[in-house]
Amino acid sequence: MGRYHYIFPKWSNLLLPMMILGGAIAPLYVVMVVAYGFSPLTTDVGFQPQQPVPFSHKLHAGDMGIDCRYCHNTVEFTNHAAIPPTQTCMNCHTQIQKDSSQIEPLLNSYITGMPMQWQRVHDLPDFVYFSHSAHVNRGVSCVSCHGRIDRMEIVTQMKTLSMGWCLECHRAPEQHLRDPDLVTQLGWGIDRSLEQMIEDGSFWRQQNNLNPSQDCSTCHR
Amino acid sequence: MSTIIIDNTFEDPFRRAPLVLGHDNFTSVTEEICYVNEAPRPPKAWYVAFFISSALATFLVVLIGYLFVAGVGVWGNQNPVMWGFPIVNFVFWVGIGHAGTLISAILFLFRQRWRTGINRFAEAMTIFAVICAGMFPGIHIGRVWLAYWLFPIPNQMEMWPQFRSPLLWDVFAVGTYFTVSLLFWYTGMIPDLATLRDRANTKLKAMSYGILALGWRGSNRHWHRYERAYLLLAALATPLVLSVHSVVSFDFAVSQVPGWHTTIFPPYFVTGAIFSGFAMVMTLAIPARELWGLKNFITMRHLENMTKVILLTGTIVGFAYSMEFFIAWYSGSLYEKFAFINRAFGQYSWAYWIMVSCNVLTPQIFWFKKARSSIPIMFVASLLVNVGMWFERFVIVITSLSQDYLPSSWGYFTPTWVDIWMLIGSFGLFMTLFLLFIRFLPVIAIAEVKGVMPQAHVGHGHDHHLEDEQ
Repeated sequence: MGRYHYIFPKWSNLLLPMMILGGAIAPLYVVMVVAYGFSPLTTDVGFQPQQPVPFSHKLHAGDMGIDCRYCHNTVEFTNHAAIPPTQTCMNCHTQIQKDSSQIEPLLNSYITGMPMQWQRVHDLPDFVYFSHSAHVNRGVSCVSCHGRIDRMEIVTQMKTLSMGWCLECHRAPEQHLRDPDLVTQLGWGIDRSLEQMIEDGSFWRQQNNLNPSQDCSTCHR
Repeated sequence: MSTIIIDNTFEDPFRRAPLVLGHDNFTSVTEEICYVNEAPRPPKAWYVAFFISSALATFLVVLIGYLFVAGVGVWGNQNPVMWGFPIVNFVFWVGIGHAGTLISAILFLFRQRWRTGINRFAEAMTIFAVICAGMFPGIHIGRVWLAYWLFPIPNQMEMWPQFRSPLLWDVFAVGTYFTVSLLFWYTGMIPDLATLRDRANTKLKAMSYGILALGWRGSNRHWHRYERAYLLLAALATPLVLSVHSVVSFDFAVSQVPGWHTTIFPPYFVTGAIFSGFAMVMTLAIPARELWGLKNFITMRHLENMTKVILLTGTIVGFAYSMEFFIAWYSGSLYEKFAFINRAFGQYSWAYWIMVSCNVLTPQIFWFKKARSSIPIMFVASLLVNVGMWFERFVIVITSLSQDYLPSSWGYFTPTWVDIWMLIGSFGLFMTLFLLFIRFLPVIAIAEVKGVMPQAHVGHGHDHHLEDEQ
């Protein structure tokens, strides 16, 4: 026997209940971490920046029924869906509501030639190459990614835009496919069941021979 | 304590060969083994070895830092040989790690009682070898900050490792092997840690060993549960001996590369692993028993048994080499045939013939009793086997990759200085861990080795020494 006969001190008995307690708390911790991961704090869902003028998509696209492509005119031809220049707004606003104080910044921009400082809502990371034309021309509606813009006073981010969210559709795109002529009809299909949407989507998938790629290099070039 | 060396290598069916020499009671056994840890200073050679190996290990860490900053271009890995040294070293070290579990688990289940002398440090060697092995694929992935992608962790990208790829199976196989080996090693050590705790002469030592010994008191109930746990772990570890290197061999065999795509790979790799593992145990055991006077526990009989395992597995490996050639010819596949003729007579033929002479020819000397009882011959042979087994992996990885189907993409692999020093550095890391283990943990399973002494079987009607009963 050595001089120091070490055995566990009495307080070390406490370790057992503490470990049991820790084991009991662990599931709660996991739930909280996962909930935080899905919460808007991490995903940016609900992002709603203040715009320089209170432009209402509900009024323009919804109530008045202006087609998305009137303003976002490059969406069918390029990767990027263009933000319209002030001149596009002034096509109408030289005639309509031209004295409203709400569009004063717009008039200033028109006179000075300085562009409007619109705040970007849907922003993908720079290492992602997303093509609007590739999706829109194949029958993926605006609503699938942007939600019911035609009902929004102020545009809000509705989807997570995460990679997993992209892949969900690339793996099973049917319910988001429709006749390419109807992509800007945001309310189309609202009266249909999911099964009907999938059935219709399967038809268009076959019709247009759509096989969305899941390779890394499709989006990360 | 006496140190009379008697020859215990005889094969007499009427007389059980003693496995512990020079001791007739348990106290002196404890004293002698614990002296390795309790001596005020380790032998001078320990300091020299520790200085060299820790310097090499530190250099390895520096090189890994350089690799992280500069990228994998510091290695010789280049089209078409993208695996290069890191994977050669990985397979080499995983192979070394096989003897530990074989000795601990399989020999335990087969009641090979001579394992008690060498199992503890064979297991330690396993742990350290797997650490060295695991490091190489870890740094080989290029973007080390994404190393967690190796594991199937749920993530917002909904991206998973390729479950059909043996590279993922490898992660599981090596991970399981490391975990089980570590548990097995630690479980076996608990009674001995308690021995060191009770003999400790400083408070720090008493507390450290005390915590590690988990409150072991040596009661009947403790022993009962301990032996149950040990048996269960042995049963769990046994399939792992076969599975780990089989899965490692799938990394090659599942691919289509000529020279890799063969069904012989799993058994051939497992045998090679046991072969190299035993050689490494021998390389470590011979100096260790000289330096710390452990000749009473790691006796000539132990060493001779190991030479027999090396002879057997080395011959099987040689058979596998010739079978590869036979199948290459028998398959009628142009590419297979080329791959093997190229191995033996192509641009890497030097490596191939180093491999054959070290792995197949060297062990054949152990047919002779003289070689099996000569320490210098054993030591040199075990070193040569280590060299040969490293070159085996070099030959497999490099020759097949450098010249596969398309002559237009053929190349010649040249390692850089970083490659070579990382290999040397991994030996430094391995030896550093091993030297620390020798100094601070019980090198020989004290409790178990007592069980193979005749004094443990008093009253069983053998020719034991009744006067030694305590």
